[in-house]
Amino acid sequence: MAKFEWFSLHRFFAMVSKEFVQMRRDRLTFAMMVGIPIIQLVLFGFAINSDPRHLPTALRLADDGPFVRAIIAAMRSSEYFDIVGATQDEAETQQLVDHGRVQFVLNIPSDFERQLLRGERPALLLEADAADPAAVGPAANAFRILAAAAVDRELRGGLSPLASGVSPFEIRVQQRFNPEAVTRYNIVPGLMGVVLTMTMVIVTALAVTRERERGTMENLLATPVRPLEVMLGKLVPYVLVGYVQMFFILLVAALLFRIPLVGSPVLLLLASLPFIAANLGVGLTFSTLARNQLQAMQMSFFFFLPSMILSGFMFPFRGMPYWAQRIGEILPLTHYLRIVRGILLKGNTLCDILPHLWPILVFLMVALGLGLLRYRRTLD
Amino acid sequence: MNASAVISVDRLTKAFVGKVVVNALSLEVQPGEIFGFLGPNGSGKTTFIRMLCGLLRPDSGSGRCLGFDISSESAQIRPRIGYMAQRFSLYEDLSVRENLQFMGRLYGVADRQNRVAATLNRLRLTPYAEQLAGTLSGGWKQRLALACCLLHEPRLLLLDEPTAGVDPQARLEFWADLYDLSTQGVTTLVSTHYMDEAERCHRLAYLSAGYLLASGTAAEMVQSTGLSSWAASGSDLSQLAAELHTLPGVEQVVPLGSTLHVSGRDGQLLAQSLSPFRNGPHHWEEHSPTLEEVFIFLMRQSGGR
Ligand SMILES: Nc1ncnc2c1ncn2[C@@H]1O[C@H](COP(=O)(O)OP(=O)(O)OP(=O)(O)O)[C@@H](O)[C@H]1O
Ligand SMILES: [Mg+2]
Repeated sequence: MAKFEWFSLHRFFAMVSKEFVQMRRDRLTFAMMVGIPIIQLVLFGFAINSDPRHLPTALRLADDGPFVRAIIAAMRSSEYFDIVGATQDEAETQQLVDHGRVQFVLNIPSDFERQLLRGERPALLLEADAADPAAVGPAANAFRILAAAAVDRELRGGLSPLASGVSPFEIRVQQRFNPEAVTRYNIVPGLMGVVLTMTMVIVTALAVTRERERGTMENLLATPVRPLEVMLGKLVPYVLVGYVQMFFILLVAALLFRIPLVGSPVLLLLASLPFIAANLGVGLTFSTLARNQLQAMQMSFFFFLPSMILSGFMFPFRGMPYWAQRIGEILPLTHYLRIVRGILLKGNTLCDILPHLWPILVFLMVALGLGLLRYRRTLD
Repeated sequence: MNASAVISVDRLTKAFVGKVVVNALSLEVQPGEIFGFLGPNGSGKTTFIRMLCGLLRPDSGSGRCLGFDISSESAQIRPRIGYMAQRFSLYEDLSVRENLQFMGRLYGVADRQNRVAATLNRLRLTPYAEQLAGTLSGGWKQRLALACCLLHEPRLLLLDEPTAGVDPQARLEFWADLYDLSTQGVTTLVSTHYMDEAERCHRLAYLSAGYLLASGTAAEMVQSTGLSSWAASGSDLSQLAAELHTLPGVEQVVPLGSTLHVSGRDGQLLAQSLSPFRNGPHHWEEHSPTLEEVFIFLMRQSGGR
């Protein structure tokens, strides 16, 4: 009779079903779980316009002629560029870009026309404000094509020898402010990790702290329920929430942002489990440290910020100082980003992602262990 | 320590940040007894009850609950007791039925659906079954909490002020239930601030500032203080009280209801001092001291520690 049970399924199910009912009733948390992915997707996904048009462009023409006019006409008729002005002054051009009034400056060097006709391959310079890299990429690519086509058209008739073979002129695109352009392909998959980190940590930290704050912990502790049952009972419902969020983000990524899903979605779902669990573990550990929901929230942000900044989500990981990389290597988000990008963009297989999977597993063990260790069985 | 006792604690002590809250408390509660726990606010009642069910670790002393050690075997104690916390500690965002279902699952209650329905009926909670617990009135919340305690048919009930905020009719029913359970052999430790409830308990303990000042049946407690008491009724009682205070043999003057209770340990001296007043405008009567007088006396004697 005095059998000592460490884990009982019926108590575990009692916790799980209770959490589900509470989750359903708690509109605010529910709104947060749905709202956070939406807001983040909109902020990161749409703010980075997937196909930006009508980018303000200034002209700095040191030469004029049929070729130059053809190129400018082609730019005008494309939707990418809005020619907002022309200038001869170097300093003024600089200022336009610095102040962000134009996205591009097209520089045509003097003697461009003559050199082109002589087959000397003159260079055209397209300066780009790449602080917003996603805005630059498609337009710059479009420019290469339309400028070449425009010049080509001009060359037909008499000058066709020049039109064949190598392009008769060169286009240089100079990206300023952010030469190592991060694209939305990187950001939207990364967003999945960020959203999961944010909601999973906060939601679990709050779920346990709430029991203490509302006094229900006193009742719970007086029942036969064991710490592991409480912890797992709180984790499982939120794992499901995490998967719903993931599914949602993937759907949006594929349908709205047209991110190519190269790798196996099943592998992604499997590989996400340890990551979700690791974040839940962090939330649980926080909840054993926090005295009230406000503290739990603050701790969650304390974890969330370095995750976002040092994981390679915001800044290219290789560009960070050594110490920051070392901290980043500890965080589960860092490894998860590599996994998600690897699977979604490069079609990575299980073998490819294993090196990134075990650091997450180690983190998970430590977080859960700490949580269980810190879980207070008494009220003192 | 008596082996048959349901609760037996020996010099149990608990301090919070250096302040001793329960001081070397020893007592025993016998099977089937309704044991009342009294004492002013902050005297350590809640702290003591929490130690019994393993919610707080005692600093020193030992205790057994249903034969299990309270410090090392709380896992065995928990399934066998029903604890009702002073503060409402069920889920306000679950309905009455859901709360009961949840507790039923945690305790592994057999034939859960029927037990829940029966418990709802017994405490007349059935009309509120689908209502969220947070929207119940205070008294009904207390009933729900009691229902959750009773669901798994524990052998021992630890009830911390279960009737606070409950109307008189419901309190009567509640006590009828406790007596019922008592005849079935269920032991109850109940803390309360109500004197009428104290009088209903089989035995009592009076706590003040963590010290056990007295324990026993209501009659024993009255007797042990050796108080004699007179009651005066009439008008201008506060004026009378002021005059009586300084008389020899008068140790305590308390207004209770519409009467003034005057008491002291030396009955003869008290009667002598009061005799001139007995011919005055007030109606006087000697009576056995009420529990309330006894408790106030005990508290004052302990120097309001
Ligand atoms: N967790 C705690 N930390 C510090 N002090 C505490 C804690 N819990 C209780 N106390 C103190 O212990 C003393 C006894 O409190 P307790 O709740 O046991 O009194 P009580 O007899 O139940 O009072 P009441 O009749 O008001 O319910 C109080 O002075 C209280 O401030
Ligand atoms: Mg109390």
